[in-house]
Amino acid sequence: MTALLSVVSRSLLAVTLLVGVSLHAMAQTRVDDAWVRTTVLGQPSSGAFMRITADTDSKLLSVSSAAAKDVQVHQMSMKDDVMHMGPVDFVALPAGKTVSLDPEGYHVMLMGLVGQIKEGDQVPLTLTVENAKGVRETIEVQAPARTMKASMDMDHGASH
Amino acid sequence: MNDLLTRRQVLGGLGIMGLGLLAGCDGSTTALDFKYGKDLSNEIRGRTFKLTDTEGEVKTLSSFRGLMPMVFFGFTQCPSVCPTALARAAQIKKIMGEDGKTLQVIFITVDPERDTPKILDAYVKQFDPSFVALRGTPEQTLEVAKEFKVFYEKEPIGDTYTMSHTATSFVFDSRGNLRLGLSPSLSAKQCAEDLLTVMEVC
Repeated sequence: MTALLSVVSRSLLAVTLLVGVSLHAMAQTRVDDAWVRTTVLGQPSSGAFMRITADTDSKLLSVSSAAAKDVQVHQMSMKDDVMHMGPVDFVALPAGKTVSLDPEGYHVMLMGLVGQIKEGDQVPLTLTVENAKGVRETIEVQAPARTMKASMDMDHGASH
Repeated sequence: MNDLLTRRQVLGGLGIMGLGLLAGCDGSTTALDFKYGKDLSNEIRGRTFKLTDTEGEVKTLSSFRGLMPMVFFGFTQCPSVCPTALARAAQIKKIMGEDGKTLQVIFITVDPERDTPKILDAYVKQFDPSFVALRGTPEQTLEVAKEFKVFYEKEPIGDTYTMSHTATSFVFDSRGNLRLGLSPSLSAKQCAEDLLTVMEVC
């Protein structure tokens, strides 16, 4: 009897877990095409770029990485050909809309790198996203390292 | 005014005939018709800079005489506009083919405190081995920026900083006359077209 109960409870647990997983999957924020720019030896910082799609109105609050001591989300803006740079409190992720973190706008700054980032490296990133209800989720991403040149060539190829 | 226009047209015509070199290399800085960039032929900027390259050699504008220098200000920890501009410069060179050999890309750091010669050298050479990086003392950097009318400023973030700065690429003709300002929003192809206009003149 106890054995049976145990089996039942175990399968119940499994079902609950499954539901939990699928619920989580439903409320997921998707991260695509994440990449980090390679660095030259001695260069202490780099940028990470990606496309983020949240299924409900959310905010990207922060990003962390084992590859850098300090990770911040910055925004680049251009006014009269002067590039301005600075941290932002969050990045708005409107429901269903893909928000691009690219060299032209928002990007993740990896500062105080623990080592050189070489082509082909996988850089771990953890994104913290909060939805309108204040529920937070974390998303783990492995971002491959690419040279700026390679990423530009890729963009070039994709858009033509 | 009419005179100017006529001269420009004549210059353009000569350029097409392949005589541009003869026509423009008399040291005059007649305004040029650029399709995409900004004509800076009437502006005197960046004539007297004296900075050090990554080998420790002192360089001035005349060090690049005979070439077409394209000067860009930036810093190696710049996440977006600097690598984009340098990657674009490498593409421009490629697009221009044989003509691209006269294009001399010069990267001047606005962050000499953190951009050591070693980092600078590795940084610019990853885009193209022909690229040159120049560096001055903080005072020299300030002076050069002033001479180019380039703005730069430290933006403190926690115990470190990032930088805001002018992202224009400045192009000189082979005699050292400032000619063209290229906005970061232009494509490599657009830049290459305007650079060929500079080459037609001198």
